[in-house]
Amino acid sequence: MSRIRTFLCAVAALCAISAGAQAETVYHRGNAGDPKTLDAHQTSIDVEANILWDLLEGLVTYDEAGRIVPGAAESWTLSPDGTVYTFKLRANGKWSNGDPVRASDFVFSFRRIMDPQTAAKYASLHYPIKNAEKVNRGEMKPEELGVRAVDDLTVEITLERPTPYFLELLTHQTALPMHQASVERFGKDFVRPGNFVSNGAYSLAENVPGDHIKLVKNPHYWDAANVRTDVVMFYPTEDNAAAVRRFMAGELDTNYQFPIDQLPFLTEKLGDQVKTSPYLAIEYYAINNRKEPFSDPRVRRALAMAIDRDFLAEKIWSGAATPAYSLVPPGINGYTPAEADFAAMSQLDREDEARKLIEEAGYGPGGKPLKIEIRYNTNDAHKKVATAIADMWKEVLGAEVTLLNTDIKTHYAHLQNRGDFDVARAGWVGDYADAQNFLYLGLTGNAVGNYGQYSNPKYDELVKMSDATLDPAERARIMAEAEAVLLADMGLIPLLNRSSLHLVSDRVKGWAPNVRNVHRSRYISIDR
Amino acid sequence: MLSYTLRRLLGAVPTLFVIVTVAFFLVRFAPGGPFDLEQPLAPQVLENLRRAYRLDQPLYLQYLDYLGKLVRGDFGPSYVAIDFTVGEMLRRALPYSVTLGLSALVLAIIGGVAAGVFAALRQNSAADYSVMTVATVGVTVPNFVVAPVLQLVFGLMLGLLPLGGWGDGDLAHLVMPTVALALPQMAVIARLTRSSMIEALRADHIRTLRACGLPGHVVVRHALKGALLPVISYLGPAAAALVTGSVVIEKIFAIPGVGAYFVEGALNRDYTLVMGTVVTLAGFVVVFNLLVDLAYAALDPRVRYD
Repeated sequence: MSRIRTFLCAVAALCAISAGAQAETVYHRGNAGDPKTLDAHQTSIDVEANILWDLLEGLVTYDEAGRIVPGAAESWTLSPDGTVYTFKLRANGKWSNGDPVRASDFVFSFRRIMDPQTAAKYASLHYPIKNAEKVNRGEMKPEELGVRAVDDLTVEITLERPTPYFLELLTHQTALPMHQASVERFGKDFVRPGNFVSNGAYSLAENVPGDHIKLVKNPHYWDAANVRTDVVMFYPTEDNAAAVRRFMAGELDTNYQFPIDQLPFLTEKLGDQVKTSPYLAIEYYAINNRKEPFSDPRVRRALAMAIDRDFLAEKIWSGAATPAYSLVPPGINGYTPAEADFAAMSQLDREDEARKLIEEAGYGPGGKPLKIEIRYNTNDAHKKVATAIADMWKEVLGAEVTLLNTDIKTHYAHLQNRGDFDVARAGWVGDYADAQNFLYLGLTGNAVGNYGQYSNPKYDELVKMSDATLDPAERARIMAEAEAVLLADMGLIPLLNRSSLHLVSDRVKGWAPNVRNVHRSRYISIDR
Repeated sequence: MLSYTLRRLLGAVPTLFVIVTVAFFLVRFAPGGPFDLEQPLAPQVLENLRRAYRLDQPLYLQYLDYLGKLVRGDFGPSYVAIDFTVGEMLRRALPYSVTLGLSALVLAIIGGVAAGVFAALRQNSAADYSVMTVATVGVTVPNFVVAPVLQLVFGLMLGLLPLGGWGDGDLAHLVMPTVALALPQMAVIARLTRSSMIEALRADHIRTLRACGLPGHVVVRHALKGALLPVISYLGPAAAALVTGSVVIEKIFAIPGVGAYFVEGALNRDYTLVMGTVVTLAGFVVVFNLLVDLAYAALDPRVRYD
């Protein structure tokens, strides 16, 4: 059998060599799931973003290391008061059908995403644009949105107020442009292969849901000369374990996600083809600030201190997560997260302190019984974490802990509709690389996402001040101060910072881990 | 026969109506809706979404609206997969599941009946016991164990077959999923065939044939006709389930079939997708049960439908 295979391989190799100069490079990319849509305005999940960043390019974009660089716009200026951005588009920017990329395309796109009829899930991300919220409410017409085309190559965006993180918002996949003529002509069907017109490195050749999405190099892309791969095949590898097997058999060059309990085994077998890197994603426990005994900050602090985060990170998450003592994960440029004051203590010292606090508050052994219910959504890792934490709280604080798990929809519907709870597992993935996206979770005005209803006017004040500060260093200082306030109050309990998980074959060149978890295929080349 | 068939099909309509109604209200009683996401939506965005999908209307109006579309063959838009309607999703995915399911069904029937007959003819011999042991193992080992093992052995270790995907629908991609899907059914069919074959061989008319000196294979053919009746009864609903996609097999082998929609639809609270899959499955069950009854009439001359 092996001799026949060797012979066949030799024949194939000869054919490949003779065709070598013309051979097209194909990148087989496992993408963890099927996109629910390829309409950038309707997008909401990372598997969609991965594909859209290859098809389209916004005013600004990411380089291979996840830094913001000029995209469709070659330069921009900001008015002295910080409310007007003027973007100059590249003169040689073209859509995949040869049409030039015009300012009117961007104006059209922003109006479309804010239009209430579009019902875009991330419309709220762009509320900093002047009149955006009113347009989205239907109180103003899309034409009144603060985005206009000064001329064919100049886009002017006016903001409600100075927004220091606005460029970050523009990198989000919902800020990607649409080809106006296609959308107007095909309506909802503009996303189909053949209709889809893109201004990015690739164009859409095939889309078979559940099977594959094929992208081919866009010859009209302004930087086409530097796009290293000709064809990208995205596979919706939903079953992680099966995807690992396919990766090991060489069918996939990279895969997004793998089962975390296989991390030690995979690291042993695949070495540094296993990439875990810091990522803007946190795991935390929301705690009900409005309910006794959790309304007492001493109880919240005690609960937070009694948790052995090293155990959770190493034993349950197998190293695919790191202990978190701050709300904001590390890795955001120019921002150093504030840490809870007990971060530097040993776990034993923390537990002693926790016992003291709970006694002081009048609960635990000798005081009122401490009854806690932990809610989490059905998932192996969350179950193990909840079980471990329940055990820690029993041991250290003498608490009676019960667990309640529901499926993910029920879990979040309950929290988002202000259902009753004691402690609930929650996660948050940063939409953009700015601390504000995380600090937002603790704002009093955040009706939906501040599950524990933490409220501290000082915190709100500081965050608001940071929003108005344009100097990055000063702004970072104020945000860190706000974060410290929340951590002193323990408005929510940070647990872990998650790492992004990828399998990247040795054949792949150009893969650069970054906290935004952006890996545009145009920078990837495969050495076969 | 034709009038019988038509009567059965017409009779299925009230059944489907009840199924649609029950499913419609049941799925909406589950807590949470399609727009309760881990990254919570801003209140205004949620309002816009509910309006766009008519979730802000009273429930009975939504129901009538859905029924009205359904009779025209429109399953409605998916609440989660925005680029496609439910009809498009089902039309695209069904051929993969049906191909896989039918291949598995054929393999299971041929393999199972052959094994069952083989074992029945050598009743209580070593051959019989070994075939039945293998069959028992086939029934007990779950397919989410068999599938990865097949992938490991034939895909990774021996490198003979691709580990997943549909490819061009070529045989190489079809072999492992078909075998994984067929094995448990093959085992059940083998056991069923064996026991009913043993009984059939004891029947009076078979003894007569033997006494008349007819050759073995003729006797077996006649016995088989009677023996297959219980197998066919079992096959009706089993075929419907096979053909509408096995969630596990399709997920492990990355086959873009309908199976995933059953689970995803419910977990995502994608109301229209759940309804679409329920109606489709119900339709298949009705059709296959009808086919089973017609097969009975063909195989057993005592069965008459008027």
